[in-house]
Amino acid sequence: MQAAITLENVSKKFNGNPAVDKLSFEVKQGDIYGFLGPNGSGKSTTLRMIMSLIKPDEGSIHLFGESLASNRSSIMRKIGCIIEKPDFYGYLSALENLKLFARANLLQLNEKDYTNLLAQVGLSGRGKDKVKTYSHGMKQRLGLAQVLIHDPELIILDEPNTGLDPQGIIDLRELLWSLNVEQGKTILFSSHILSEVQEICNRMIIIHHGKTVVQGSVEELLSTENLQVSMEVSNPEICKQQLQQSRWQAFLQSEDEHRFSFGMAKTEIPLLIEYLTHHKVFIERIDYKNQLEDYFLKITKGS
Amino acid sequence: MKEFIAIFKNELVKTMKRPRSFIGFAIISFVCMVLQAAFYQDGKELLSMVTSQFEQVFSVQGNVLNGNLICFIILQTLIVQMPLLVAFVTGDTISGEAASGTLRFLLTRPASRTKILLAKWLSGLLYTLILLAILGFFALIVSRWIFGEGDLVALNSDGLTIIRAHEINWRWAAAFFIAFLSLSVVATYAVMLSTMMDNSITPIVTVMVTIIVFTIIGLFDMPSFDLIKPFLFTTHMISWRSLFEDPIPWNVIIQSCSILAIHIMLFLGIGIYYFKRKDIQS
Repeated sequence: MQAAITLENVSKKFNGNPAVDKLSFEVKQGDIYGFLGPNGSGKSTTLRMIMSLIKPDEGSIHLFGESLASNRSSIMRKIGCIIEKPDFYGYLSALENLKLFARANLLQLNEKDYTNLLAQVGLSGRGKDKVKTYSHGMKQRLGLAQVLIHDPELIILDEPNTGLDPQGIIDLRELLWSLNVEQGKTILFSSHILSEVQEICNRMIIIHHGKTVVQGSVEELLSTENLQVSMEVSNPEICKQQLQQSRWQAFLQSEDEHRFSFGMAKTEIPLLIEYLTHHKVFIERIDYKNQLEDYFLKITKGS
Repeated sequence: MKEFIAIFKNELVKTMKRPRSFIGFAIISFVCMVLQAAFYQDGKELLSMVTSQFEQVFSVQGNVLNGNLICFIILQTLIVQMPLLVAFVTGDTISGEAASGTLRFLLTRPASRTKILLAKWLSGLLYTLILLAILGFFALIVSRWIFGEGDLVALNSDGLTIIRAHEINWRWAAAFFIAFLSLSVVATYAVMLSTMMDNSITPIVTVMVTIIVFTIIGLFDMPSFDLIKPFLFTTHMISWRSLFEDPIPWNVIIQSCSILAIHIMLFLGIGIYYFKRKDIQS
């Protein structure tokens, strides 16, 4: 099967500063692909290049096997996108905005189609309201309606959860799953929050300073086989003693006063807790994260 | 072509639903009505002051203060303000959408950038045409209804010209055509600037500043300015007045129209060239 998106050594500089540096990745058809990076990492620039808003200085972009440089028009018919944030003509109603989008896609829809579309994104009964009266979350929903209006094969969403309330985030996640599973749509989903990507995507890439940090399947990259476990105890001497006398010593990576750090699989954690509590170690706090999560947090802090 | 018509329709919907589009219509209508009311009240007195200067040469009889004269005066007055109203709407054609973020939507649809810009430019010209039609309706039709018809006594830089009533209509049609051509230069210039900027105000201000500077240059009779005057579009924006001279200097009018048309093509060409290469970062 042809890849939905293929980027090969794509670079872009602004005023001599590299925003994207020899970036290569491939989104397969049927993927929900997470595009992850801290703010300013080059995510939006990359998405803009895929949507032909920005021309790359170097490299090639292919969508559905066709070169974006030479087949832009036919490619764009297959894509629905929200880049950065959904923006609309505030002086028009939601329905009038959707009619503009439909016309731009050469679609002839009837009133029922628009009603169904608005219902699908949770905006039933609000179609005649002017968009300037909409909250950010409602605009996000309307943005999704605009993305779906022409039934695209590929959906590109740039941080779509921004501004959504918790229920909105759940609704969006379910909508994207159903679009992917039931209708086979490919989704490229950018975010700077790892857990969002972890929840919804099957494959992902992390970029930083416009370069690939890591890419692969979410299952592999965010494996629970090698977690970073951090534990705080109130009686560290006893804890240390008990660890030395057990197989858990092999998992210990570092210790610092009351805090002990281990590297282990998720399934081992309850066994460790059971062992220590049985030997009168008082655990005050325990948390764990994936090595990649840890790394991502560091680069996010840095940016 | 289908695609172009669709995006052109979209542009028309946006222009006609935007509140700021109606500001121009309201201003034109209001100014015409104010001038008509003023002439209705004090016009005869004012006119007798002007004609008294010529009374030793010839006698003035009949309805001089008629609809044609009022239209001539209104057109002379508003031709300075009209470009500002045109720039007010066309100056943010691209930059306004860049600032509001809707440009991203437009440029991620199948239509090419050239088609999008041409659709926007054409809708800008249509808006200009409507603005002129409103001016024509109030300045000519309503003035004729209020003040009646008659010969036009046109005061030009080289004296008075009397245009007979039966040969005035085609001159008005030609004058409004040249006015449309002049305002189209302004609209195209504004659209061109709009492709280069990412906020909606700067292109509008730049158009206004350009017109003011060019008009000032046009006012001064200095040898260094005389060299550049023929190339300034503002010099040719008042060429419609030549239609009310006798005999009509057709060579001057054709030359002015050609220069205005060249300006339109040049500005549009630069606009398309720039827009096609522009990175949309907003």
